[in-house]
Amino acid sequence: MNRLLSAVIGLVIAFLAWKFIDWALLHAVWQPDSSACRAAQGACWGFIAEKHRFILFGTYPYEQHWRPALACVILISMWAVSAIRLFWRWWLVLLWLAGLSVIGILMWGGVLGLPYVENERWGGLILTLLLSTFGIALAFPLSILLALGRRSDLPVIQALCVGFIEFVRGVPLISILFMASVMLPLFLPAGVSIDKLLRAQLALILFAAAYLAEVVRGGLQAIPKEQYEAADALGLTYWQRTATVILPQALRIAVPPLVNTIIGFFKDTSLVVIIGLFDLLQTIKVSLQDPAWSGRGVEAYLFAALVYFAFCFAMSLYSRSLERR
Amino acid sequence: MLGVAWYLISNTLANLEARRIASGFAFLWREAGFEIGEAPFQRYSAADSYLEALVVGLANTFKVSLAGIVLATLLGAAIGLFLVSANRLLKAVSRAYVEFLRNVPLLVQLFFWYALITETLPPPPGALQPLPGVFLSNRGIFFPLPGSAPVLEGFNFSGGLAITPEFAALLVGLVTYTAAFIAEIVRAGVVSVSRGQFEAAHALGLTRALAMRHVVLPQALRVIVPPLTSQYLNLTKNSSLAVAIGYPDLVSIANTIINQTGQAIEGIAVIMAVYLTISLSISVFMNWYNARLK
Repeated sequence: MNRLLSAVIGLVIAFLAWKFIDWALLHAVWQPDSSACRAAQGACWGFIAEKHRFILFGTYPYEQHWRPALACVILISMWAVSAIRLFWRWWLVLLWLAGLSVIGILMWGGVLGLPYVENERWGGLILTLLLSTFGIALAFPLSILLALGRRSDLPVIQALCVGFIEFVRGVPLISILFMASVMLPLFLPAGVSIDKLLRAQLALILFAAAYLAEVVRGGLQAIPKEQYEAADALGLTYWQRTATVILPQALRIAVPPLVNTIIGFFKDTSLVVIIGLFDLLQTIKVSLQDPAWSGRGVEAYLFAALVYFAFCFAMSLYSRSLERR
Repeated sequence: MLGVAWYLISNTLANLEARRIASGFAFLWREAGFEIGEAPFQRYSAADSYLEALVVGLANTFKVSLAGIVLATLLGAAIGLFLVSANRLLKAVSRAYVEFLRNVPLLVQLFFWYALITETLPPPPGALQPLPGVFLSNRGIFFPLPGSAPVLEGFNFSGGLAITPEFAALLVGLVTYTAAFIAEIVRAGVVSVSRGQFEAAHALGLTRALAMRHVVLPQALRVIVPPLTSQYLNLTKNSSLAVAIGYPDLVSIANTIINQTGQAIEGIAVIMAVYLTISLSISVFMNWYNARLK
């Protein structure tokens, strides 16, 4: 029975795999030649070959593409370094400040002989990475405050934190992004405007903070009561107790679920497409509007899926390696 | 804090006046003036009010969410059981499915399914016919109903049960994505039941399938139900991504209304109120169900 099942599944998988390979590799067109694509039976990877610069870097000036490329490398390296437990020291914060300053200089320019590039022209992969990085970096401290507030003895603070967390978690992200893109400008006095990128980033930070806060709260709840009592017996104040006894333990416990939340957030940044920001998914969508390459959506979105998968799968392998320790 | 609130409100009022937008919900009774591709339970035309347009959007949200929850539960439970199956190949294939689907943004998957339907399926005159009477085309999928079969008229089908490409892409995307998460939950639930239970059932002479059905799953359900609730909530919230592929759900219709009338605050308030109500109702229901299970 078991063998028969294996044989049937094996055959189905082999058939589907052969069909896919036939389409994706054997009959595919790899050169950026749109007429060859139209004649071919298989996939048109030439589309990606033709548009890869635009997909990765958006409308950033063409001859300056090395700058966002280098910024991506720096950003990914910093994430990789931060993943190593050995480096969880206070100087990691300095490394991040230095790294982000370098990225800021690279992306904006205007100094050291680099031509200035306004952030309306940033796009593609670096925008996705920056939205996620700043989203997490600023949401994380906020989420700790929210989680502490939710467990606070002060009823007003507790109610505000519970209200905020439950509200944000109860509505779809897209409604928060709409709020940032169409509602926020109404709140500002005439003549003052906040950049669209910044508004989306603000929405993403608030969104991530609510979800991260629940994970941090889980970590806080795992700390036994004796730890609080021991800290109180030492005569520590609330903030001393929280900063030196409770949080270091709670955050360590919470790291694996935090990574999972970060993966979810990284995927969710793709929603900025809907309010028209030029992230990785938007540059792919815009590339598809080129009439010479119309009808290549399947290839384009498979490519997008692979890029996102590479990042998310790496993070989820890391999260699992942490859980096994 | 009150000062900040006062400052923001006065700014908002000044801005609304400068843009000649009257605040309040009176606009809901004005004529909408736009058509909606699908209205499942009621008649709707462009002459109807914005309120009626929103009701159509809400109906569409319910339609895709309910169908999605039922199908994702079935698919997710099946894949979850495959993940703990004794067959190595089945296990490996379902593991690959879960890993790939979970690690790609849902929005990318929706665009992919939409492109697959609209770009690779033939137009209605050359529609594929996988089963007699069932037609697959880039204008939608058509099923026969008793007494009404889809018939090609000009460039599209009429009659039968028509599923638009937008609905099909959204449903397939939501179901396959959420099923990957549900599968993991089901697997974790089954694993949480101790091995001794399986062995005891085996000693009683139950087959693996019977032991799963009568001994392991009822116990696993306690672990499965709470995270399953949040997946149902996620699916409902994720159905709002419909706006990206043009399925007229609540968010999509509200977005159109905001663009037409400029009533951003009211439009977003409607979206948020509806989703908060749905979220609260599902958690109340699931708490009741959990209490009953114990």
